[in-house]
Amino acid sequence: MKRVLTDKEIQHLYWRAGFGITYHELIKMRGLSKQKIVAHIFAKSTNEQLLELDLKMLEKGDKKMSKVEKNTIQKLHNEKLLELNQLWFMQMKTTEGVLRERMTLFFQNHFSVRMRHATYMKDLHNRIRKNALGNFGELLLEVSKTPAMLRFLNAKQNRKGQPNENFAREVMELFTLGRDNGYTEKDIKEAARAFTGWGFNKQGQFVFKEKHHDFDNKTILGSTGNFDGEAVIKLLLKEKQTAHYLSIKLYKYLVNDTPNPEHVKSMANAFYSSGYNIKTWLESVFMSDWFYDKQHIGVKIKSPVDLITGLSRQFDVHFNKSKVLIYLQRQLNQMLFYPPNVAGWLGGTHWIDNSTLMIRLKLSSVILNGGMIDTSLKEDMPENIMMQGQNSKAKKYGIQKQVDASVDWQVVLVMVQDLDKEILTNFFIQPQLSITAQQLIKESVHLDHKNFIVKLLSLPEYQLC
Amino acid sequence: MQRRDFLKSSILASGMALVPSFLKGMEMLNPQNLSGYKNIVIIQLSGGNDGLNTIVPVGNDIYHRLRPNIAKSREATIRIQDNLAFNDNLKALAKLYDQGELCLINNVGYPNPNRSHFRSSDIWHTASSAGEYLKTGWIGRYLDANCQYPYQAIEVDKGLSLTLKGEKMNGIAVDNPNLLFNNTREPFFKNIVTNANTALLHESNQGYLYKTMLETYSSASYIKEKSKIYHTKMQYPNSGFAKDLKTIANFIVSGLDTRVYYSSLGGFDSHVNQLKSQDKLLATYAEGIAALVTDLKQNDRFDDTLILTFSEFGRRVKQNASNGTDHGTANNVFVIGGKLKKAGVYNEVPNLSKLDANGDLIHTVDFRSVYATILNNWLMVNDTTILNGDFDKLGFV
Repeated sequence: MKRVLTDKEIQHLYWRAGFGITYHELIKMRGLSKQKIVAHIFAKSTNEQLLELDLKMLEKGDKKMSKVEKNTIQKLHNEKLLELNQLWFMQMKTTEGVLRERMTLFFQNHFSVRMRHATYMKDLHNRIRKNALGNFGELLLEVSKTPAMLRFLNAKQNRKGQPNENFAREVMELFTLGRDNGYTEKDIKEAARAFTGWGFNKQGQFVFKEKHHDFDNKTILGSTGNFDGEAVIKLLLKEKQTAHYLSIKLYKYLVNDTPNPEHVKSMANAFYSSGYNIKTWLESVFMSDWFYDKQHIGVKIKSPVDLITGLSRQFDVHFNKSKVLIYLQRQLNQMLFYPPNVAGWLGGTHWIDNSTLMIRLKLSSVILNGGMIDTSLKEDMPENIMMQGQNSKAKKYGIQKQVDASVDWQVVLVMVQDLDKEILTNFFIQPQLSITAQQLIKESVHLDHKNFIVKLLSLPEYQLC
Repeated sequence: MQRRDFLKSSILASGMALVPSFLKGMEMLNPQNLSGYKNIVIIQLSGGNDGLNTIVPVGNDIYHRLRPNIAKSREATIRIQDNLAFNDNLKALAKLYDQGELCLINNVGYPNPNRSHFRSSDIWHTASSAGEYLKTGWIGRYLDANCQYPYQAIEVDKGLSLTLKGEKMNGIAVDNPNLLFNNTREPFFKNIVTNANTALLHESNQGYLYKTMLETYSSASYIKEKSKIYHTKMQYPNSGFAKDLKTIANFIVSGLDTRVYYSSLGGFDSHVNQLKSQDKLLATYAEGIAALVTDLKQNDRFDDTLILTFSEFGRRVKQNASNGTDHGTANNVFVIGGKLKKAGVYNEVPNLSKLDANGDLIHTVDFRSVYATILNNWLMVNDTTILNGDFDKLGFV
């Protein structure tokens, strides 16, 4: 018998494979089998949807630049990176191909590069995007040869006789085997020798510089040979540990912060035996029974991108100033194209500290309702008076001052006006409610739909998906 | 909110109401009443600072031979001893050294060193051994064992380091105390906090959100109100790091009950052309520290403040092909303060003729001995329970 998913399960799938679901979409998916919905999600993500941004003005040409010219071009790079950032964000907000965005985010963070060079960063991003639902081996090789990666991890300076270990270490520690998993310091040193000679030319194309390459034998992971960089990558892919390490990471990303060894094993098997086919790998998650287990629903902390994108999609939020998105990403510690370091964002509870949590809790009401969580509050308490005074006098602080957004409430309300409060709660809130939240919702049932929804979205529970 | 709840929240929130009138009296407090609290400021130089180009073994032939392009010449350093000199971007530190306010501990590390930034940072943050994976930081365990409030350990930074995460309690991460406070004034959030049943919080992400919210509420107004007492008029250098130190100075001089402050300066991962990048960062570090020390001295708080600086690892003795250095092991640690028991060069300088199989320095002081000394001799608490072991105390305080 084909399994039909409940509303909660459909929402679960859409939060993890995409950025949540609108009520309109949910109605369309109701009653469909798991296979059908998963197939639908893949079908929508067929297009690569490369980010298009004209960067010709950043080309340097051959003449030597003055310091002033260099500064001007650096400023342009920074501006273009922010444009790229917003372009990506808008795409995540509007696209139907959410799974490609979800996996592009995953791999952009896996191959974490931070560099103030818009051309190289765009190239890296589009290569990741192109392969995000393809083959991991090809993705790894292609990314390793991008100017962004070569420069970021100093592969370019890695020369015969005096190797630079940076790339060799990170390709094992971060991209394939995982830290302290079956490789030694000696393996890193030997692999660094194999990668010698890798570089790129002025046009940003990969080149192999024979005169810098170390052609002597190397011994890596127990094999000896005259290995070059591509051979090392093949050796790393041959290790099942690579499929295992990546599966733990994907499990944490899509399913639960605490990996279940059995589930991870089934993912790793599917991934490895398919020759690192990413689609097969994802199906081993979304088509499984365990993915829909109650213990995985509503237990993940949304990343800032999930939070903003999810809200923007459900309410078709329009940000009146384009810089708002950048501001929010900065405040919440997830700036696209600016990961903190080579390990990328750690996710989970790492998103949460005192400052970010308070901003995140306030975010929904600021975007949806001018910062008011409950406009029906009685003015008998000093703090309520203060809050309302603050809004009416436009004496706003923090995110309220910065975030200028508009929402067409009518569109949302038309969809949900006939739903009772319990269904509304079930739709907007993924996790089981805490006793505190249950109590607060009970006290709020008299509110109109708009105020009730804003209140739901201001609960700590809304931070989870 | 019902009246019962309001009363409950007032009790829970004692000190976090709008602007408590008692604060006006507090500003008049005699500075003597504020002192008596010993503080520790912990600074991480993230990315793995190259200790050998920071405190330079300038008379050592091996150093010059292994670093033909990046070794510091005598002219580019400030002499300590015949063999040892400060990188000349550390003028402020050299001055503290001359005044007996800096203790330099060489060769600090741990057995079986890990050369990954993330793993080695975790080891330093959790005070674990190389083979042990702990979920709590050493300051987090200090909070659990010895403190009443989360704000007794504050990280002035974006985000909270593992160092400050405990089992029962996390420290507070604050960038801008006013903003943090303002964001807690929403009545609905107060309602949540008042009604939250701490006994029902479990170890899930949901529990974590509620726990963080409660900790924020118990600290935000305290930090904001208390830190109003002192706002430095001193000019700090124009860097993000110096700005964080300025916030720390305001907190310390204002007399917060905070015992531990934490901040970091990143960018030390100098695989390529390190002379330029490291020198610049060291200057940022030293200028920031100089401003902080001056500020603390002017306010009579330097004697009960200790500034500890560490990095997750040092770098390889031999330079690489790109005029940089790769990840290494043992490193130097600085302790700065007005009341050091032993200032100057604490122990033997790095032995460059006896390196490990990777060509890295071999540690002679366990970093947990530094922590044990601070916990036991400075913060006056039991170090063995916090560090899960008995480490030799050093004599710097």
